[in-house]
Amino acid sequence: MKVAVKEDTTAFAKEIQQKCGQDVLTCYQCRKCTMGCPMAFKMKMKVNELMRAIQLGLREEVLSSDTMWWCVSCETCATRCPQDIEIVEVMDVLREMAFKEGYYIPVESIEAFHKVFLRSVEAYGRLYEMGFAMDLNLQLKDPLKDADLGPVMFAKGKLKLLPHKVKDLKSVKKLFENVRKLEESRV
Amino acid sequence: MKYAYYPGCSLESSAKEYDLSIRACCQYTGVELIEVPDWICCGASSAHATSHLLSIALPAKTLVQTEKMGLHQIIAPCIACLTRLKVADMEMEEKEDLKKDVETVLESPYKGSVRVRNVLDVFLNDVGLEKIRKTVTTPLTGLKVACYYGCLLTRPPHIAQFDDVENPHSMDDLMRAIGAETVDWSFKTDCCGVSMSLAETDTALVLTNKILEGAKDAGADCVAVACPLCQSNLDLRQKAIGNKFGVFYDMPILYFSQLMGLAFGATTMDVGLEKVIVDPFPVLGAI
Ligand code: SF4
Ligand code: SF4
Repeated sequence: MKVAVKEDTTAFAKEIQQKCGQDVLTCYQCRKCTMGCPMAFKMKMKVNELMRAIQLGLREEVLSSDTMWWCVSCETCATRCPQDIEIVEVMDVLREMAFKEGYYIPVESIEAFHKVFLRSVEAYGRLYEMGFAMDLNLQLKDPLKDADLGPVMFAKGKLKLLPHKVKDLKSVKKLFENVRKLEESRV
Repeated sequence: MKYAYYPGCSLESSAKEYDLSIRACCQYTGVELIEVPDWICCGASSAHATSHLLSIALPAKTLVQTEKMGLHQIIAPCIACLTRLKVADMEMEEKEDLKKDVETVLESPYKGSVRVRNVLDVFLNDVGLEKIRKTVTTPLTGLKVACYYGCLLTRPPHIAQFDDVENPHSMDDLMRAIGAETVDWSFKTDCCGVSMSLAETDTALVLTNKILEGAKDAGADCVAVACPLCQSNLDLRQKAIGNKFGVFYDMPILYFSQLMGLAFGATTMDVGLEKVIVDPFPVLGAI
């Protein structure tokens, strides 16, 4: 099959390279990444397919795909890639772009996870595990999820009922604010 | 041997026994830990998925604090924290622009003088197997341990810079030094599903089931781990795994440092043995 590749199809790959330094254009489809991926069974577009889609400049398809949301950053693919593509850095960039550009995130639970996690860190300076788990279950509309585990963990002294707030919360708030300010100034 | 110590959020609650047992092992081996005062979360799991700058700035704050303490090495027992701290340090060294941005965000300079250390590496290479063998008072003779390394202890190799990436043996070496037997098995570096266990529990169970099955088939009495996420994913949901796949493993999942502490003569309370979910006392009974 002949495929006519227009010159600007590489713009998306170059945008990614500019953001994280990874050159997806060097991927030659050996599929080692997908073969070792523990989450491949959940992904509609497999890791090597995602790489090809980036090469073809399919920006919409890539940013709305579920691939990077199933990826758990286990680094198996990046470790084995013969072209030394740090695939997880590509996944991170795609996640960040999809978040910031307001794409619908097809695995809603994962989106909720990240939001609730960071909310806890910004509020307390640390992750308040129990509050986090309850908050997440509310977001997942499954408030009783793992309800059987709570008391077991509590009895084992593995759950704290109250959050530990860092003393210097001001500097944590400042850190988050400064990140937002700096990022907004660059858009 | 003096190190800054970054427990991280899990070691404060769900992985309290990791914190207790690491501190106990350090005491026995002459490793002095000084906790980073008022440390903040490294942002693991989520910051890197939403903002690269945030994912570097959060751990960088801890690195800056370490410099302010006048220390040049920091130990983070949680492998997720360890990786975030390392990535922050390495990326700031490589990317001048990023370092400037982080310093602007933190309103503080970073000299780049901190070495981020993995706790297994400290026991193996700073303390040394020789000294560990000598510290043992109660060898764990006869205990068959499956050492589970998970993802980030060895991966990606340019960041972890530790052990063999496909067939690591550092934890096996430590376990043998305290008298235990280690089993050969194929799941040492498979992924446990990490944070997927909270958001997509059923999906994570598929992965943990395979790992537990592997440990059982290899004839292990227990699994040793070095990461709070590995520990809780494998330990907490064995009942749910049984309900889903029809196999109830009853496999104790212990931190390598709990086993080390016991061999050094620590009490079960000292290493928080009663805190793990699947009861380890039956397999440890003879020791
Ligand atoms: S392992 Fe690397 S080169 Fe091979 S298909 Fe995956 S990304 Fe492409
Ligand atoms: S890092 Fe992500 S994409 Fe790569 S193997 Fe692991 S889960 Fe799959």
